[in-house]
Amino acid sequence: MSEATAEKLVYERPHALLPVVTNYCPGCPHGIVIRLVAEVLDELGVEGEAVGVAPVGCAVMAYDFFGCDMIEAAHGRAPAVATGVKRVHPGNVVFAYQGDGDLASIGMAETVHAATRGENITVIFINNAIYGMTGGQMAPTSLPNQVTQTSPYGRDVDTAGYPVRVAELLSSLDGVAYIERVTVDKPASVRKAKKAIRKAFETQIAGRGYSMVEVVSTCPTNWGMTPQDSFEWMRENMLPYYPLGVKKDVVADGFENAAEAALARAAGCPIAQPKGAE
Amino acid sequence: MAEKVLMKGNEALAEAALRAGCRFFFGYPITPQTEVAAYMSKRLPQVGGTYLQAESEVAAINMVYGASAAGARVMTSSSSPGISLKSEGISYMAGADLPGVIINIQRGGPGLGGIQPSQSDYWQATRATGHGDFQIFVFAPSTVQEMADCAYEAFDIADRYRIPVMILGDGLLGQMMEPVALPEQRDLSSLPEKPWATSGHRGERAHNVANSLYLTAEELERLNIERYERYQAIKDAEQRCEEYLVDDADIVIVAFGASARVARSAVNAAREQGIRAGLLRPVTLWPFPESAVSAAADSAKALLAVEMNMGQMVDDVRLVANGRVPVEFFGRTGGVIPTPAEVLAKIVEINERSGE
Amino acid sequence: MSKDMQAVFAGFGGQGTLFSGKVVAYAGLIEGREVSWFPSYGPEMRGGTANCSVTVSDSLIGSPLVTEPDAVIAMNQPSFDKFLPMVKKGGIVVADTSMVADLAQREGVRVIGIPATKIAEEAGLKGLANIVLLGRLFAEEPFCSPESLDAALVKCIPPKKAAMLDKNRVAVKLGMES
Repeated sequence: MSEATAEKLVYERPHALLPVVTNYCPGCPHGIVIRLVAEVLDELGVEGEAVGVAPVGCAVMAYDFFGCDMIEAAHGRAPAVATGVKRVHPGNVVFAYQGDGDLASIGMAETVHAATRGENITVIFINNAIYGMTGGQMAPTSLPNQVTQTSPYGRDVDTAGYPVRVAELLSSLDGVAYIERVTVDKPASVRKAKKAIRKAFETQIAGRGYSMVEVVSTCPTNWGMTPQDSFEWMRENMLPYYPLGVKKDVVADGFENAAEAALARAAGCPIAQPKGAE
Repeated sequence: MAEKVLMKGNEALAEAALRAGCRFFFGYPITPQTEVAAYMSKRLPQVGGTYLQAESEVAAINMVYGASAAGARVMTSSSSPGISLKSEGISYMAGADLPGVIINIQRGGPGLGGIQPSQSDYWQATRATGHGDFQIFVFAPSTVQEMADCAYEAFDIADRYRIPVMILGDGLLGQMMEPVALPEQRDLSSLPEKPWATSGHRGERAHNVANSLYLTAEELERLNIERYERYQAIKDAEQRCEEYLVDDADIVIVAFGASARVARSAVNAAREQGIRAGLLRPVTLWPFPESAVSAAADSAKALLAVEMNMGQMVDDVRLVANGRVPVEFFGRTGGVIPTPAEVLAKIVEINERSGE
Repeated sequence: MSKDMQAVFAGFGGQGTLFSGKVVAYAGLIEGREVSWFPSYGPEMRGGTANCSVTVSDSLIGSPLVTEPDAVIAMNQPSFDKFLPMVKKGGIVVADTSMVADLAQREGVRVIGIPATKIAEEAGLKGLANIVLLGRLFAEEPFCSPESLDAALVKCIPPKKAAMLDKNRVAVKLGMES
């Protein structure tokens, strides 16, 4: 840009976001979160070291959106694939981008074990309480009495059980360094979400352990609402069930990383102490 | 040549893989392959490699997928029921053109089956290691030495053709010890470059993508056709088999792996009785050694497939013979190892019938 | 050159049958012969007849599973009972009578009983009954040269356990002289 024009650039496409048309429906928050991740990759200057893993679900084409190296994983297996990459290249910045069906249903084993191993990766989790890609079926995070294509009378907890609170569930695991639940329903929330995503990546770069950001989101298309009404419904129904906030932060708890926190928690267990310790 | 040592097939295979430059192993315990994982868990940390016990076979193969996409020489191993679980990931590897080595130390099936040696995953290995239009390369070692040799070469084949390679062993080959001369450690700096790897573009190239999703039918068709052209090149260049007394044989046994060992004893016994028997032993199951089997179909009076299953490879023998010559079958299943006497009895029966 | 031998080494898990079988296979390897060693595996290991098949031959070995052994070392009653009927005519069974109370005989098969566990314990060689029995089998059917047998022990005993080497040598001698 020539200085003579004296224009001030206030908004541009992040470098880590490719100039492509996404496949997301109008009003879908995926686009916001994808952009936030790209902005963070830019700000941390790690696009060239980053390897992203795309899920199966609405974000399946994310490998075409991000400018960093990308891998498309089988349904639910993104944490295992990310593990493979991270073990080969510990210096790379490795992230998985997953939806609720991918992460909390078919991929729950991979999710829990990547977290408990303290796999030094970052997971961005979009929770919109429904299967979007396949046309609006019940998800592991669909709320009690929520109507979907496969819970036409509303999710009956007697037969379908209860939703999974992923952030809380994973926070109980020793390998986890940082977990926060955010949303992107208004500018302030978006700024907060970006801060969380940045912190998650910084957690990984500092080698502190597993990090995850759960983004409570919407699906206007399959919920059958306008984007505005969707956010309203989300605030009214989802946020009480999935409260926002930091669920685990080992640094805030006074530890250098997940390993130190785990050690403190196991203080009474002799075999769990470091080899060679008194 | 290196000094021969006495080693279990599973351990010789694992050591050879390591010497081929494999530095990453993702697995899950299952009898009778567990020694592969145990050996890797001991050795890999000694050479700066990574052993990781995955939470499941499904996770293990997807870790292989990720490590392979990242450019590493990587391996997983299991036994029959575990391979079924890995089939998803193998299909994705094939679809994304990722190399990798998968070990199947077979046991009897279906279901949980048994833990004794079997060859009942022939169809799975050569026809259906997952959904979709694809093949994987399949080695069928028959000795502990070959377990090592095939493992050593598997990584080169995988990288050369960007294809998953399976070593189809069985509980007998995995558990037995035989003398083996181990191959030399490969110079890791001499391993093939992988410009397609997703290891971070460092701002020096466009992003690489490892992917098997193509939503446009014509595009997926084109890629599948291209892949099958590569498969044809493999079929042209890589068919392997060992021939034993085949030239003048009236009855040619076709047998691989452990059952080929038994068949060879039976061929010797038949020759002592004056019956001209021979053995054709496929070393690659895919590509199947069609040329050698076809030649035998022209020269012999009968072909006899001997397998440790209910009759699987015999289909390929029949396809190649294409009605030119009778194709018989003898098998034991469920983990029972056939005896040379049983196979000999079948040879004698065929010989009497063809003499009528 | 010694003649071909197909042998089974059987007993409870922990008695060292897999080890003594490996010593025989290694002796064959040292003499440049074809050898194979194949263990029972899985739940059978816990059922009383942990065993291994060993073949030493001058021609290529087919199945490593020995179904008609020339020689059997039996370290408990279930193993003795299981393998005695399978031994070839002219074959030999060496059994530990400290563990095998009912030493049945079979026509055409040499059945030799020595109290190997007792011999080993009295000599301060607890846990080496397997090698005492191996020594006796070697005396009856020399499957290799004495030098090869000694070299095989050296190969099979890891350097970390070098102190065990001399004890094994004594156990072989005790067996041969039993």
